[in-house]
Amino acid sequence: MYSEKVMDHFMNPRNVGEIENADGVGEVGNAKCGDIMKMYLKIDNGVIVDAKFKTFGCGAAVATSSMATEMIKGKTVEEALKITNKAVAEALDGLPPVKMHCSVLAEEAIKSAIADYMKNRGISLDNDGGDCNACSRRCEDVHEQFDEDSA
Amino acid sequence: MSERFVYLDHAATTYVRKEVLEAMLPYFTEKYGNASTIYSIGRESKKAIEEAREKVALALGADVKEIFFTGSGTEADNWVIKGVAYANRQKGNHIITSSIEHHAVLHTCQYLESEGFEVTYLPVDKDGLVSPEDVRKAIRPETILISIMFANNEIGTIQPIGEIGAIAREKGVYFHTDAVQAVGNVPIDVNKMNIDLLSLSGHKFYGPKGIGALYIRKGVKITNFMHGGAQERGRRASTENVPAIVGLGKAIEIATKNMDEYNRKLIALRDRTIDELFRRIPHIRLNGHREKRLPGNVNISFEYIEGESLLLMLDMKGIAASSGSACTSGSLDPSHVLLAIGLSHETAHGSLRLTFGEENTMEDVDYLLETLPPIVERLRAMSPLYEKVKEGV
Repeated sequence: MYSEKVMDHFMNPRNVGEIENADGVGEVGNAKCGDIMKMYLKIDNGVIVDAKFKTFGCGAAVATSSMATEMIKGKTVEEALKITNKAVAEALDGLPPVKMHCSVLAEEAIKSAIADYMKNRGISLDNDGGDCNACSRRCEDVHEQFDEDSA
Repeated sequence: MSERFVYLDHAATTYVRKEVLEAMLPYFTEKYGNASTIYSIGRESKKAIEEAREKVALALGADVKEIFFTGSGTEADNWVIKGVAYANRQKGNHIITSSIEHHAVLHTCQYLESEGFEVTYLPVDKDGLVSPEDVRKAIRPETILISIMFANNEIGTIQPIGEIGAIAREKGVYFHTDAVQAVGNVPIDVNKMNIDLLSLSGHKFYGPKGIGALYIRKGVKITNFMHGGAQERGRRASTENVPAIVGLGKAIEIATKNMDEYNRKLIALRDRTIDELFRRIPHIRLNGHREKRLPGNVNISFEYIEGESLLLMLDMKGIAASSGSACTSGSLDPSHVLLAIGLSHETAHGSLRLTFGEENTMEDVDYLLETLPPIVERLRAMSPLYEKVKEGV
């Protein structure tokens, strides 16, 4: 059900761990739903020089976390904010439809960590990209969607 | 990929035993006659079906006329619940079942609710046991059926079927048990246990897939399931799947004969696995009753990790297992059984089911015990939930 790339990033995840004195830390997801992503960023002059993660979740949750950290390393904060869940999923050669929410979580983890960085620096964000209201809603939303599908 | 393959998912399905396959094969090719015909190869098929029926009846302590072949365990569950509900509507519209039934029962009951029937879903205790007293209290004048599974497919808990059967008999309510996981594993006697209706499935005890049976006690009012020819005495029309029926008969005969030895072996594998996992891995929980459980069932929750990740990593090491995590259930909720025994969503997501079978050995258990702890450790090291626990200690 998973692409080779997903399996590779699951079995050999890149950038697992924590960053001490990280410039931005974001945690999204909900243990109740079965996945939590925590992302740590080291940011120098507006450029993400290091990214690490810890994830509780399924194979796709681990793989999207791993891929997301790979994708943002070396990028500016502005560039990183533009990364979409679709881009993460495509970089992994796709995800099964029921697992697309994992890529949403990865996108939100990036935004949440950057929002934390900006808050620490007193920078205000025009597009409010890091606010993660969607995360707490996600579980119910997906449930509703599932109920409709199965009805 | 691992070179070793250890299959620990016998509750999902089993392979077809060699003797079973051999018994089936002639009925695909030379003995292909339609059992409803009068010439010799047709009569031969008819005879083979009736011999298989006798074997099923013998295994359950039933009369041969009380056994009806179906296309699966799910079909037997659908037939019995809808069939009893529709045939007894004038008596009442109330059904009692449990909250940990297989979806074949639960979803059929939910369907009947949409048709105006009322269903009581009894809770279970922390070990997954239904209380016979709860059953008694739930019975109303309009109750037409009690359906409680014999043994749970996920956590392996074996229900007090004899006690529930006695209550049902005393109150004059039909008693059905979904015995898909129990047949071939636990001794069953429909008369001693006051079972009126029982579902079973061939591929859980080394028989073929696509064949099941329903035991219907003589005199029970139930509608016919398939309308058509006179097969299964008109109750379940369809040209009989003769090879599968023969296979089911052979498989249940062997399973019944070997049950004591089979159980002793599986219990040894199960108990060593449980004891050693508890010795080697912290923060785990056994799901299901410690003793009143299927001989081959181990179900453990590993805190702070998620089940699908666990299954994928075990698969890379050649171990096939199952989980109650949402990711593997095809929905976004973890197993309804694990939630019903009181697990939090988080803990239910991290469950692992291992079900042993006859080809498993102590060496398989050794391999599992070597393989699993480092995987759990690795996933916990990656888990933000575990981090908090370690900080907390």
